[in-house]
Amino acid sequence: MAVSPVANSSVAATASAPTLEVRNLQTHFFTRAGVVKAVDGVSFTVQRGKVMGLVGESGSGKTVTGFSILGLVDEPGRIVGGEILFHGQNLAKLREEEMRRLRGNRIAMIFQDPMMTLNPVLRVDTQMIETVLAHTKVSKEEARQRARDTLGMVGIPSPDERLKSYPHQFSGGMRQRVAIAIALLHRPELIVADEPTTALDVTIQAQILAEVQKLCAQTGTAMIWITHDLTVVAGLADELAVMYAGRVVEHGPVNETLDKPLHPYTNGLIGSVPSRNKRGEPLRQIPGMTPSLLNLPAGCAFRNRCPKAQDKCKQAPPLGELLPGRQARCFFPYNMPAEAAA
Amino acid sequence: MSTTTANTTPAAAEPVATPKVEGPWRRFISEFAESKLALLGLIVFVIIALVAIFAPWIAPQNPYDLAQLDIMDGRMEPGTVGGAGFTYWLGTDDQGRDMLSGIMYGLRISLLVGVGSAVIACAVGASLGMLAAYAGGRTDTVIMRLVDLQLSFPSILAALMILAFLGKGVMNVVLALVIVEWAYYARTVRGTALVERRREYIEAAQCLALPTRRIIFRHLLPNCMPPLIVVATMQIARAIALEATLSFLGLGVPITEPSLGLLISNGYEYMLSGKYWISFYPGIALLVTIVSINLMGDQLRDVLNPRLKK
Amino acid sequence: MSVYLLRRLLQSVLVMLAMSVIVFVGVFAIGDPVEILISPDADQMERERAIKALGLDLPLWQQYLSFLGNALRGDLGRSFVFNEPALQLILQRMPATLELALGATFLALIIGLPLGLYAGLKPKSPVSSAIMAGSILGFSLPTFWVGLMLIMVFAVQLGWLPSTGRGPTVEVLGLHWSFLTWDGLRHLAMPALNLALFKISLVIRLTRAGVRETMLMDYVKFARAKGLSPARVTYVHVFKNIMIPVVTVVGLELGSTIAFSVVTESVFAWPGMGKLIIDSINVLDRPVIVAYLMMIVLMFITINLLVDLAYSALDPRVRLENK
Ligand SMILES: Nc1ncnc2c1ncn2[C@@H]1O[C@H](COP(=O)(O)OP(=O)(O)OP(=O)(O)O)[C@@H](O)[C@H]1O
Ligand code: SF4
Ligand SMILES: [Mg+2]
Repeated sequence: MAVSPVANSSVAATASAPTLEVRNLQTHFFTRAGVVKAVDGVSFTVQRGKVMGLVGESGSGKTVTGFSILGLVDEPGRIVGGEILFHGQNLAKLREEEMRRLRGNRIAMIFQDPMMTLNPVLRVDTQMIETVLAHTKVSKEEARQRARDTLGMVGIPSPDERLKSYPHQFSGGMRQRVAIAIALLHRPELIVADEPTTALDVTIQAQILAEVQKLCAQTGTAMIWITHDLTVVAGLADELAVMYAGRVVEHGPVNETLDKPLHPYTNGLIGSVPSRNKRGEPLRQIPGMTPSLLNLPAGCAFRNRCPKAQDKCKQAPPLGELLPGRQARCFFPYNMPAEAAA
Repeated sequence: MSTTTANTTPAAAEPVATPKVEGPWRRFISEFAESKLALLGLIVFVIIALVAIFAPWIAPQNPYDLAQLDIMDGRMEPGTVGGAGFTYWLGTDDQGRDMLSGIMYGLRISLLVGVGSAVIACAVGASLGMLAAYAGGRTDTVIMRLVDLQLSFPSILAALMILAFLGKGVMNVVLALVIVEWAYYARTVRGTALVERRREYIEAAQCLALPTRRIIFRHLLPNCMPPLIVVATMQIARAIALEATLSFLGLGVPITEPSLGLLISNGYEYMLSGKYWISFYPGIALLVTIVSINLMGDQLRDVLNPRLKK
Repeated sequence: MSVYLLRRLLQSVLVMLAMSVIVFVGVFAIGDPVEILISPDADQMERERAIKALGLDLPLWQQYLSFLGNALRGDLGRSFVFNEPALQLILQRMPATLELALGATFLALIIGLPLGLYAGLKPKSPVSSAIMAGSILGFSLPTFWVGLMLIMVFAVQLGWLPSTGRGPTVEVLGLHWSFLTWDGLRHLAMPALNLALFKISLVIRLTRAGVRETMLMDYVKFARAKGLSPARVTYVHVFKNIMIPVVTVVGLELGSTIAFSVVTESVFAWPGMGKLIIDSINVLDRPVIVAYLMMIVLMFITINLLVDLAYSALDPRVRLENK
């Protein structure tokens, strides 16, 4: 159990009511080998019209966090604690039918692998129209019209023709655009985008990023952008949450966090990215391995890889607001003003 | 750019199953025993096998010795005491044969035919499959075409035709079953061998210039064993059922040494008049035998299938 | 598409040729055709005349060619027992067998699909365990014995259904069918169920495995993420995908269902070609055996072709490649 003092006050700097506030979320998988604490103390806020980047290495629990928000965690997994407040309503407590009415309607998700997200035996129009009809009472023709308009919006040429195609007739980039169009059909208030561009090549990636950013600003949609890639986050996101071993270890505005990271893990991640001011330096890697989520040692999960680890780190550090608007889960953070650093 | 983070993650954090420090054999046994049904299947099968093997010593009567049969005792209900002074617990058939003894002896034939044909078919099929995998080229094509042809032809038809040409008899039934079944083994072994061939240890063995025969018997064959065992288990059950079916149709074993299928067939005409036991009990024996083997086979497949293992 | 069809037809002809060689060698070369084709009462003179007339003194390949030529003209010899053209005998009995096999396939689908779907969707429920145990039983039960037990229970003990025979038939399109009358249906019920038993288990297992595999696919999760109702996810997104393997396998199995109807027809005295072939084997009526074999092979090839077409109709990915 992670002890987190983040009770009700969230990021203080932005006072307006957030679209989404996740508080100490815990999602565990009860496998035969033991309990996998895939998400074990995740807290962050996403504001209206803003993009929050969610980064962390493979297996840190980003996707499971996304699924938890949409209520899509499957056996043997279960949300065992915490709150997911969507406009103040706790999604973790919602009945399945109520949750279903939100999904794809007010909260949408885009998956990681565009080759796998569309059903291979159904035509694209079927897959779009059914989404419209799942949430609104319109005629099939109106639904088709809306599907066509949305396809046009994400930059698919001759949408009328494309609607009648099967997914395998599209390229990867086109398929991801279709998936994005499906997510946008109901102009959701929140989109969880799970590494939507990782599988695509760089130019298409840049195109899609620009379009998504524009759409978000236009429609006031809040977005969680899950990624491995700090450079994408730097260009796209407003806020940043960093996950390590199922926990958010740092959360704050993207520029400040990348300039002056507090948590040693964030610091390590940034150090491994080649950047302008560090050109010429060799890439640094964070030594050591991601711990197995099955038997996490007590105390700070980053301890065995942390350059600043001390004896105190054998206790679990709480996620605390170390600087105004900036939270981190560390006893000995970097980049603290002189008097604050003990 | 997305490759940069890969540097920070030397290995994906897959949840590793708790490492068990057991030998492969011990683990195999404990995994097999995880299914209570499979364990039950094993116990029942062992009992059946013992009954079949020791039938001449434990059966109340030798059902093949016509001198011991008393026509006067024909079609007696289960539980009646016959002229010979012992109780027919499962009744008698039309010739006065004690059904219990008939079933015990019938099991002998069923198991002999089932296991015998499986062993021979396995030897033939495995050799041909190995040859196909190892020789490749035209040999491979010819063998696999034969396999395809064989597999696309329903087993019952193939067996019927072979028996129609060769005539009845235990050996002919075994031969027919071997011809019907070898293809399954051949396909299995070829598939596994092709995968195993690419493995490093084969390359290593080839580098050491070991003779082909040694590579096959020391390296390839042991690795083909798990899938072969699974196929063989399932095929024994199928062979037993097929033999019974052929005998029922009057094309299997001769009437003087009835197998379970023939016993059931004999009871057919009396069933309409309510004398159910002549067909019923041999059928139960057949069913229990096949189910016990299939229960084991199902679990074996799960345990030995590397694909399902996490 | 037409190129593809043409290639498939060519393949089929080759398979038929290969089978005709096997059948010819099996029936005419292994057995002594003189013994088979000529009455044993005939004296030496008659025998020699018959051998000449039948061309049995010619070399084997010439004999095969004449066999092939006759076969192409639909002449596969005359039955010794019925003294009728063998092919005609087979064709007369084919509708009964087809009706039985199709009935069994229909039962396998309407019983197997829902059970398999349930077992796949709720793998942990005790009902699912019962379904799966039942399917092992279905694989293990010897068909002929189940047939006997069905007769014992439903015909002898309860008296609900007739034990044997086909019952009244109705002539439609020049063929006789049982399933169009109530009494005919009553006759069809037990044999069809008996023949279906194995296929039911097969469909249950295929469906369950398919459901479990498909449920893990991203596109199913995405369908749920779109807010579709569970019914729509199951019956459209999952079901359409598992129909591909199920239809393929069940279709291909139709051939083996027809073959295995030999057993069911014997138990229930169903007047189809399976019963005819068993009787013919028992009296060594070889022209009928030959005709039966050639018909079966022809049916197999046709079924394979139809299944391929159905498969490409179901799976858009295949459809495109063949265009
Ligand atoms: N069904 C499951 N059963 C058991 N463990 C699971 C299951 N699903 C996810 N996990 C575990 O949860 C952890 C977090 O997984 P998640 O997919 O959220 O990682 P991620 O951060 O999205 O990684 P990636 O960048 O590779 O997508 C992993 O260790 C994974 O093994
Ligand atoms: S708490 Fe200690 S071990 Fe954990 S990150 Fe901070 S300094 Fe490192
Ligand atoms: Mg992920």
